[in-house]
Amino acid sequence: MAKFDLLIVGVGGQGVILASDIIGRAAVMEGLPVRSAETHGMAQRGGAVENHVRIGCRHGSLIPSGGADCLLSMEPLEALRFAGYLSPRGIAIMNTERIVPITAGKVEYPEAGAIIDAMRGLCSMVKAEDYAALAKKAGAAQALNVAMIGAVSRYLPLSVDSLREAISKSVPPKTVAVNLRAFELGREA
Amino acid sequence: MTKEYMLGNEAIARGLLESGIDVATGYPGTPSSEILASLAPHARGRFHIEWSVNEKVALEVAIGASWAGARTVCTMKHVGLNVAADPFMTLSHTGVNGGLILISADDPSCHSSQNEQDSRVYAKFSKIPCFDPQSPQEAKDMVAYAYDFSERHQIPVLLRPTTRISHAKSDVDVGDVLPRPKNIAFKKDVERYVVLPKHTRVLLKKLNAKQDMIREELASSPWNRLDLRDGANLGIVASGAASAYVEEALEGLGAPVSYLKIGAYPVDPSLIKRLADSVERILVVEELSPFIEEQVRMYAGSVMGKMTGEVPHEGEFNPLLVANIIRKALGVPPLEGRDVRLDFELPARPPVMCAGCPHRATFYAMKSVFKEESIFASDIGCYTLGTQMGAVDTCLCMGASITIASGLSFSGVKNKVACTIGDSTFLHTGIPGLINAVYNKADITVVILDNRTTGMTGHQPHPGTGETILGEPSTEISLEAIVKACGVQSMQVIDPLDLEAAKAAFRKAYDSGGVKVIISRQPCVITSRRMGIRRQQYEVIEDACEGCRRCIKYGCPAMETRNGKAFINEACAGCGVCAKLCQFGAIKPKGA
Repeated sequence: MAKFDLLIVGVGGQGVILASDIIGRAAVMEGLPVRSAETHGMAQRGGAVENHVRIGCRHGSLIPSGGADCLLSMEPLEALRFAGYLSPRGIAIMNTERIVPITAGKVEYPEAGAIIDAMRGLCSMVKAEDYAALAKKAGAAQALNVAMIGAVSRYLPLSVDSLREAISKSVPPKTVAVNLRAFELGREA
Repeated sequence: MTKEYMLGNEAIARGLLESGIDVATGYPGTPSSEILASLAPHARGRFHIEWSVNEKVALEVAIGASWAGARTVCTMKHVGLNVAADPFMTLSHTGVNGGLILISADDPSCHSSQNEQDSRVYAKFSKIPCFDPQSPQEAKDMVAYAYDFSERHQIPVLLRPTTRISHAKSDVDVGDVLPRPKNIAFKKDVERYVVLPKHTRVLLKKLNAKQDMIREELASSPWNRLDLRDGANLGIVASGAASAYVEEALEGLGAPVSYLKIGAYPVDPSLIKRLADSVERILVVEELSPFIEEQVRMYAGSVMGKMTGEVPHEGEFNPLLVANIIRKALGVPPLEGRDVRLDFELPARPPVMCAGCPHRATFYAMKSVFKEESIFASDIGCYTLGTQMGAVDTCLCMGASITIASGLSFSGVKNKVACTIGDSTFLHTGIPGLINAVYNKADITVVILDNRTTGMTGHQPHPGTGETILGEPSTEISLEAIVKACGVQSMQVIDPLDLEAAKAAFRKAYDSGGVKVIISRQPCVITSRRMGIRRQQYEVIEDACEGCRRCIKYGCPAMETRNGKAFINEACAGCGVCAKLCQFGAIKPKGA
């Protein structure tokens, strides 16, 4: 059975939970066991959030340190913050648009190049794109999470059809077309 | 039967629906809130559901219904059980008629809580069974078992998920929701329902007499599973989420290990004795208290766990931590975790009040009048994040703002004392504190942060919103009328986004004695956005900005510094406070 440990991170409010929901639903459609862990409550208020999605897993919902096959980060800084979960053989897919935390006055937000270089040293492949721009191109900034599912879809043990169906079932009905467009743009990028 | 991808709390709700509940009550609290939220869409015309005013109220409503024969559920977070402890401790004596499940969700690592607490201890304290699920599926399956158990033994039961169960998602087998015959009637029985001393002494004997039967029945339940392996020297006992990590770790090990998985309490000693007789050493792996461990120590000689330092006392566990505890016990080298070291520091990203959050404006106005030297007591909610503005000096438990402020004022401190409490929290347990403050003549300013919702836990309605959990209109309880009825002489109602008026109100409160109440009313920015309220965003006129950082210091996540000047990003919700703070007229609505 295909096993894939995916860590999705970002900033509270970016749609990290919906992203893991879509992938989890697609896994269930394909008859795969899946476990995931979500961040709710206080941290959602603009804090760093992490969602674990374990496809083909029948145990606990948390990915062991150094065990993730893929780190999907909706914000560059958060990719580095959670990089310890990533396996050295794993891949990182990251959005390059920054969300500057209010603490950035005390500690400088690292340069984009420094973040990408550091990530390259930690895993087998880094894919960094402005997925936020692709989401806007698709028709809605909020579709960032789905554009990023498009990006990770090339690596997941799930079919594109299941993912498309899970997207259609998970996003607000009026936004299905925009989200499917974002998925394609993210997948092609 | 079909499989669905479900949140643990949704799976529990599904189990409740399949069991045919009649009454559901609760108070929001992470990680328990989604249980009632998931039930609500199914309730109309089928069962009663309510967000209660607090957990004690919720449990008492559930008890009344159960005594009339209704299948009931009452949900809360672990600290909510403290509030409900009074009815809880005596309910075991009277027992129930319709099955009653109390769900108390624990939060190891305090992801969204003021403490770590082990609800299993409460179950033991009140002598009732407790179910401790390992997964969303097990949590769902336990519900039907628990109702049957509760009704046959006429005893309330506790279901204790933790964050990693309630907020885990997994594929869950979903069954049918079928109508269940109801048998609703209250049969008077004074010796049972009136706990006069002479009645309750008898009830306690009956409760104690049930215990052996309960324990023996649970020993053969599907939730407690003993797996003895040939040649095993080590036996592991584990429960809840930790048992899932144990099973994952055992899969990756060659050595034979015997294993007792616990999911229901009280644990029958026969299970522990059988394990102890077959192995040389026992390792107990459980989160929170050494609850099982204390019992295992009564029947086994060589026991490792929290009490011997092998297992942490604090925080939630994870697969690597548990795997390495087991490997150490077996003398196998540990697995390496991944410790990423960078040659630069990462800025922290703590949770913050949202862009446009009215609490930030209230705190700003309060601090600009009361200054640093005043003492600011506060309470449980999003506004506890006011620590970031130096506007929250204390926070202990629900409702403890007004009371701690009162204590500070009675202590003889020279400082002015002000406190902040949310609307839902005020209705939860703030009112007795306000009455007490007036009656006993405290000298404090009480700020009710009325954002018209229960914000932190996911925007549940409360009596002040005039809307029920079903979204139906109800009597809107007036905060002003309550404050007046508590005997408060000085009450002002402000809109915190009107900064000057807000400061004037705080000035008036600062300059007068006694209990002064300010109701700061402005809907939560998240709910107002959901209601379709869109305010024009603001922008900085770059040439006019002097780079004084006055707006930046306000701490709004929509404000950034770019090239020494202020910059407003896409997060702007259009509250306009930054424009009022700017002395150079450099901040204007977009397009103005």
